[in-house]
Amino acid sequence: MKATKNEDSRDVLTLGGREFSSRFILGSGKYSLSLIRAAVEEAGAQMITLALRRAERGGVENILDYIPEGVVPLPNTSGARTAEEAVRLARLARELGCGDFVKIEVIRDSKYLLPDNHETVRATEVLAAEGFVVMPYMYPDLNVARDLQDAGAACVMPLAAPIGSNRGLVTMDFIRILVEEIDVPVIVDAGIGRPSQACEAMESGVAAIMANTAIATAGDLPAMAGAFRKAIEAGRAAYLAGFGRVLDTADPSSPLTGFLRDDDA
Amino acid sequence: MVQPDDLEAIPSDVMERVLPLAEAYDAGAWSEKRVLRAIYAAQRSVSDFAALLSPAAAPLLEEMAQAARDETRCRFGNSVSLFTPIYISNHCENQCVYCGFNARNRIRRTHLPASGVESEMRAIAESGLREILILTGESRVKSNVEYIGAACEIARKYFRAVGVEVYPMDIAGYAHLLARGTDFVTVFQETYDPVRYGEVHPGGRKRVFPYRFNAQERALIAGFRGVGFAALLGLSDFRKDAFATGLHAYFIQRKYPHAEISFSCPRLRPIKGGSAFRFSSLTEAELLQVICAYRLFMPFANITLSSRENARFRDNVVGIAATKISAGVSVAVGGHSGLEKSDGQFEIDDARSVDEIRRMLASRGLQAVMSDYL
Repeated sequence: MKATKNEDSRDVLTLGGREFSSRFILGSGKYSLSLIRAAVEEAGAQMITLALRRAERGGVENILDYIPEGVVPLPNTSGARTAEEAVRLARLARELGCGDFVKIEVIRDSKYLLPDNHETVRATEVLAAEGFVVMPYMYPDLNVARDLQDAGAACVMPLAAPIGSNRGLVTMDFIRILVEEIDVPVIVDAGIGRPSQACEAMESGVAAIMANTAIATAGDLPAMAGAFRKAIEAGRAAYLAGFGRVLDTADPSSPLTGFLRDDDA
Repeated sequence: MVQPDDLEAIPSDVMERVLPLAEAYDAGAWSEKRVLRAIYAAQRSVSDFAALLSPAAAPLLEEMAQAARDETRCRFGNSVSLFTPIYISNHCENQCVYCGFNARNRIRRTHLPASGVESEMRAIAESGLREILILTGESRVKSNVEYIGAACEIARKYFRAVGVEVYPMDIAGYAHLLARGTDFVTVFQETYDPVRYGEVHPGGRKRVFPYRFNAQERALIAGFRGVGFAALLGLSDFRKDAFATGLHAYFIQRKYPHAEISFSCPRLRPIKGGSAFRFSSLTEAELLQVICAYRLFMPFANITLSSRENARFRDNVVGIAATKISAGVSVAVGGHSGLEKSDGQFEIDDARSVDEIRRMLASRGLQAVMSDYL
């Protein structure tokens, strides 16, 4: 996807018809609910994921009670092993009042938590047809990304490395291919461990970053959320500015072809 | 170890893979240097796990605990799930010499009717808990599959996650429980040493070692998403038993990659009427070593802390490796609603309420998760 600015030059991320000035989607799964507000504020996030399996209206320690007003909740279908289970969870999320945004996670590997791309496409087809704004977590495979786009996904969310690993941009070469070939926003999800990695991904033209563990496991959680915000903004700004060329060698001040312009040539 | 024909056999090589490795485990074969390599390995092998369980790792327990805590945080953040066990029947046909429910033990036996199960569930749910573990003694007559299934169905009305820790059953039995809303199956193998297993299980169906060993696999074949493993540490050589428990889970996960794996880490505890049974108790440091070894070997597994352990131990270990902790525990049948009272299976050492456990977690920077499943 190429960088696009609105006619009025605002740089916004558009998902499901909504515009977001923030390109940082914050996770909420691995830290105390009481820290969510501070993390959101420092992150400048306008969207926060939540595991539907931890949401319960009226229940004790209910995550829905902690999401600040104006921040779009992005319920995920974690726990789903099949497309059918993901669809069921998404519908429950809507019934719970979480809105139409849903992040599809279909995982049937308990060790690496790698997404099942095939089931993810199936779930996307059903949910997009039901009017959900479908944001599918996926392994960065170009053919699957095209299928997800055709199925009506609002974006694709390739993993950079296994969830929670903080291992960084392990799959970045393949994510770059998606950025080049896919028209919907490419949002890097999972594996990013440092702000510098978020920045590098953004420099490559991805539309947004989703991060959780890197922030949740930081010594100072809100401060790390703030550091990610700055890195993401810097990466985006650099991408929009356009990079100068990169050379392996110095640019010679005495060009090899200079003799052609010599007076006595 | 031949299994009687009336017990279901499944084609599985898991036991054949686990037992020889466990039998060959040599606790003295490891050096501190080798243990350090295991602690700091990016991915840990079966050999690493063996080293982590060895006496050579004991002086490195602090390093193990720190690495275990880092793995736990990366994988689970600061979330700790709360649950409570509910005992619905303590009738038992087995004669486990270490257990308070032993068929020959003269204790008060109780069997909750459906109305009693409902009262108990309601009382527990009022505490805010959304996950429950249903347990019975191992009487297939007093608590048959239909009875347990009916209890699971009642539990489903009040809880988001329902686990069972009951006698091993055939695939059809597990399918029955699954259809009634059960999510997880836990079976303690007690000990993975077949000889010792025979000694401490002199009577009852439980004598059949392979049928118990293959219980988790039958549950997964029936369609369960999660299975739990444990050895009752102290019954036999605890290092071998912990090694075998990890291997059992390891080979099951390789064969069923979707399976959510969990470990329980019970130590033998004194029981009512069991004073004649002698066992070698683990120290707290040894128990912590086992727990950390499980975490480092399988960073993605759930680890449950038993209320057999005291509050001090639980409060500290929950921040290192555990992902699930019991709260508001009664091990007596009918103990939650005050309906009926029986004798418990073992003595608990941490009787704190759900609120007390929540406060303890919060004071340690951890968050109580009441619901982690839909």
